[in-house]
Amino acid sequence: MLNQLTISELTTKLARGETSARQTLQACLDQIQRVDDRVHAFLSHDAADALAQADAADQELAGGGSGKPLLGVPIAIKDVIAVKNQPLNCASKILGDFISPYDAAVIEKLRAAGAVVFGRLNMDEFAMGSSTENSAFGLTRNPWDLTRIPGGSSGGSAAAVAADECLASLGSDTGGSIRQPAALCGCVGLKPTYGRVSRYGLVAFASSLDQIGPFTKDVRDAAILLGVLSGHDLRDSTSVALPVPDYAAALTGDLKGLKLGLAREYLVDGLDPEVKAAVNAAVKQYEKLGAEIVEVSLPHTEYAVATYYIVATAEASANLARFDGVRYCERVAGGDLIEMYSRTRGAGFGPEVKRRIILGTYVLSGGYHDAYYLRAQKVRTLIRNDFLKAFETVDAILTPTTPTAAFKAGEKSGDPLQMYLSDIFTISCNLAGICGLSLPCGFTGNTQPRLPIGLQLLGKPFGEETLLKLAHAYEQSAGWHKEKPPLASA
Amino acid sequence: MSAAEFDIHYVAQLARLSLSPEEEGTLASQLTSILGYIEKLKEADVTGVEPTAHAFPLVNITRPDVVSQSLSTEAALRNAPQQANGLFLVPKIVE
Repeated sequence: MLNQLTISELTTKLARGETSARQTLQACLDQIQRVDDRVHAFLSHDAADALAQADAADQELAGGGSGKPLLGVPIAIKDVIAVKNQPLNCASKILGDFISPYDAAVIEKLRAAGAVVFGRLNMDEFAMGSSTENSAFGLTRNPWDLTRIPGGSSGGSAAAVAADECLASLGSDTGGSIRQPAALCGCVGLKPTYGRVSRYGLVAFASSLDQIGPFTKDVRDAAILLGVLSGHDLRDSTSVALPVPDYAAALTGDLKGLKLGLAREYLVDGLDPEVKAAVNAAVKQYEKLGAEIVEVSLPHTEYAVATYYIVATAEASANLARFDGVRYCERVAGGDLIEMYSRTRGAGFGPEVKRRIILGTYVLSGGYHDAYYLRAQKVRTLIRNDFLKAFETVDAILTPTTPTAAFKAGEKSGDPLQMYLSDIFTISCNLAGICGLSLPCGFTGNTQPRLPIGLQLLGKPFGEETLLKLAHAYEQSAGWHKEKPPLASA
Repeated sequence: MSAAEFDIHYVAQLARLSLSPEEEGTLASQLTSILGYIEKLKEADVTGVEPTAHAFPLVNITRPDVVSQSLSTEAALRNAPQQANGLFLVPKIVE
């Protein structure tokens, strides 16, 4: 079935004239029709607009193609990235019937590469959460077990790829929001180095941590998409003017001479024994593949969650000030301007967003700034230095992506602190500004149905080539990426 | 830096966020427990450590001073809750 193909498989078929972009998109639309009332990965999709894009791609293909790397490939988008003339809600009530007036930089790049850009994927409201339960528009379900969460905040992006409703998707990652749902849904998720991909047109959550990245069915597709998404953009002053390598060329399978670090601080209490066993098996596999395993230390790991929830909420409280009912939002009238702001925000934001705005406002407020925010920024330096020191001896660091496989819907939603602590392995990567990738490394045996387990690789700043090379070699030898949730093909 | 000093009503005013009394109660107790956890940072020795605002700091980012495309007034006003004469309308702010 066409919707189950990888990007590289589809583009080969399209180039040979064995199928069309329209047929491929139609297969995705049919799959959405068949499974999305159960999965609810999509908030909406504009089938007519997508079919028009597919037809345009077929015309180009008929003309002999154009060398565009994603010509005719259907890619779905998290509801936090602007797509011109399509809705943008960040899974929040506050934006009402907002329609994007322009394309994000990554959308321009996807279009230039020939992709069929479609759909608005569910997420935690304003990307704040780890389960997609904070969406104002209902839960997304894990395709492997519909009673469980898909992870978050990019839960819709992961579930849509796992359920074969699209070939690949885009998400955003502030503290693990790509890697964690990728792990829980059994796909590949890549958070690029801070500055690698332009954030222009991404609704800001925490500006010093946010990065856009791909969800794909295998590592090769992640390499292809990263090559398209990367590059300097004058409209994002934090994007970096480094050349974009041919990431797919790095997938040689040759790991000789590469050193992989195991961080002793990541073997924490609360790490599920099955997750631990799967990661240990991956370590053995890497040794067989010729990589050298070295123990490293990241001594400030225990402070990462606390540091993150100060830095991220402080930045969020400032970024979300723009949702005040003046230029957009469902305005709620008030006696004066301040009351209008307060009522609009009180009516429009959900509980988790309010919690984080309050926390962020508090840690920045007079008398507390130095004790909380400034101290957290200093600890952030220590966390970053831990990684830079480790990368003097190793090429990448290997960890579990999450302490457990997917949890049940409702299991942690009453206790925000427990939810925050489930991000323990993914958060440091954003604070340090390095790159990270999650890929499948096995399944649980204790649960029925079985659930995917994710392996995380953390790489040097702008070390995505090494990360992808390591991930690809393991993936090809282990073969976990070929497993599909029963729902996808039933 | 004591969680006990946390005044939810005052902070909500700073954040321009109207909260119901029930929301204030729930948030205050949740945030007290989160702030309790964050106290952990006090243990870290940050003597002489410079703060990190951005992991990859770039400075003096400028662009060539040339006219380029920008949003039209119409596009910029497209999502406005209230507008008139090509402008955003807000409640009266000066008596």
